[in-house]
Amino acid sequence: MIARQPLVLGNKSLKDVTDDICRLVETWPGGKYYAALLSAKGLFLFYLCIQGMIVAFGMGMQGISHPVMWGTDIITFVFWIGIGHAGTLISAILFLFRQKWRTAIARSAEAMTVFAVMTAGLFPILHTGRPWLAYWLLPYPNQRGPLWVNFRSPLVWDVFAVSTYATVSMVFWYIGLVPDLATIRDRAKNIWRKRIYGALSLGWRGTARNWNHYEMVYMLLAGLSTPLVLSVHSIVSFDFAVAQLPGWHTTIFPPYFVAGAIFSGFGMVVTLMCIMREVIPSFKDYVTLHHMENMNKIIMTTSMMVGYAYASEFFVAWYSGNPIEQFIFVNRAFGPFGWSYWIMVTCNVFIPQLFWFKKIRSTIVPMFIISIFVNIGMWFERFVIVVTSLHRDFLPSSWGMWHPTLYDTGAIFGSFGMFFFIFLIYVRLLPVISIAEVKPVLNVGKSGAHHG
Amino acid sequence: MADLITKIEAALRGPGQKGIAGIWTDEHKLVEAARKTRESGIKKFEAISPYPLHGIDDAMNIPRSIIPYIAFAAGLTGCTFGVWFTWWTSAVDWPLIIGGKPLWSLAAFVPVIFECTILFAALTSVGAMIFLNRLPMIDPHTIDPDLTSHKFALFVAESESGYDAAKLEQLFRSQGASDVRRTEF
Repeated sequence: MIARQPLVLGNKSLKDVTDDICRLVETWPGGKYYAALLSAKGLFLFYLCIQGMIVAFGMGMQGISHPVMWGTDIITFVFWIGIGHAGTLISAILFLFRQKWRTAIARSAEAMTVFAVMTAGLFPILHTGRPWLAYWLLPYPNQRGPLWVNFRSPLVWDVFAVSTYATVSMVFWYIGLVPDLATIRDRAKNIWRKRIYGALSLGWRGTARNWNHYEMVYMLLAGLSTPLVLSVHSIVSFDFAVAQLPGWHTTIFPPYFVAGAIFSGFGMVVTLMCIMREVIPSFKDYVTLHHMENMNKIIMTTSMMVGYAYASEFFVAWYSGNPIEQFIFVNRAFGPFGWSYWIMVTCNVFIPQLFWFKKIRSTIVPMFIISIFVNIGMWFERFVIVVTSLHRDFLPSSWGMWHPTLYDTGAIFGSFGMFFFIFLIYVRLLPVISIAEVKPVLNVGKSGAHHG
Repeated sequence: MADLITKIEAALRGPGQKGIAGIWTDEHKLVEAARKTRESGIKKFEAISPYPLHGIDDAMNIPRSIIPYIAFAAGLTGCTFGVWFTWWTSAVDWPLIIGGKPLWSLAAFVPVIFECTILFAALTSVGAMIFLNRLPMIDPHTIDPDLTSHKFALFVAESESGYDAAKLEQLFRSQGASDVRRTEF
């Protein structure tokens, strides 16, 4: 029998696990944490100013102009939604496949999903230009007829997909938190801490009958999230694929977007986990190099999948015999925005191939650097799809360029401030590793242990 | 203020049951003890653990959760609602021809119908779990704060037929319980 890798290092007892994970919630953070929190908060405030200016003075503050009317907001929306997908993949799909190594990273990956979807959700709302009327996107009885939304429009599908995804991920994340919140409640010395965590834990007591229903609902949510997450990025890709524009109008988009989403999301999980392992040394026993290596293998696999999609698009453009389609793809790689195409290919297809070497995929510094490249590359993938397709279409008379402004750059970087600010608060308020899920896998891979 | 909150908490606190509890530090011994307790004729008792235990449902004869059926019914309801709503709004209440497509363009409505299905099923199954587990409980009785960390317990209520404190205590001790106490849960 092939020896199994231990999932938790350091011969921990059940109490050690509780102590290790709860300590973060129960102690005051150090200077490094405050430094990180304040920088994230500074960036977040900058973001609020940028978006405030855009809301106050209009979308023209950003560089969008004919023919590139979808700019930073849509690119960055797709980028953040994609990031979220890895969290659901880890928490739901790996759960259904009984991949026990997911337990240590599932909670934070799911938190990443929730926060990434929150960050993403703002962009299309702000892109409407009049965000105070964003509720018009929802079908509600109104005094204009009632005039309903157009259910044939991919943009309305997107509203349904993203809001369902946000709701279900939050519920899934919260249900996973309930037993751990009860643990914190039972350890609380301060009465207010006990009350607040007690209320959040819904008064969970952990009887066998409770666990029976709980495990069932957890599995059902995993089973429901799996098709949901695949549908969400498929529908996001429909925003493009259902249009008639060459470069967008391709049937490969749904699987290509889903693979890209998983790729970029795992890139972000690796980035976050590398930082968390450094900032919180006790977590090296839970998020082991074995975990990191597994994630890097997934990054490498999905990197080849998106590489295949890039190649396939070019092949189909050539094979279709359609001169406009062919022109768009030649323009994409060798036109005025060709540099963005080659950044994308380098970051997404070539650099992750370094993970073929075991040394690289199991060493923190190189994997951290590669994960940053993956994040950059996946932002540029959406840039390539949106901007290079829009800027030159059928008629040369309607060609143009896209000139981003300070407000574009500010929105991109500022959104990271929002994401990291929320994430850093989460790290100190909620258990970042699922206590109740790690305990049953304590003995995996230990010699002479019970096999559950 | 603090006094008022204490009063509210006391008023809302669920009624506890008096009974006997045994506490273990080894999950396998607890599962075995649960099986012995059931075999000794106690029909209904509680096993409390910090994480779901392998084999406890079998040892305590707990039936499979009914939530999947609820989820299926809710998913079906969501799907039906999605079909009805897209049809009614697009083809009945205010028919508008858009892009030359039929008023009831079912294929284009599939994404919305699908999302309705998932949303209904997910939220209903969570609601069902909360209802079936009688959550939320306000400040519930707990036997020991370590039961959400590293200890395991069995609890038999006094009202249970066949309850005999001395016999149960002896049973728990013989199964390796580290502590046995009269308590409220």
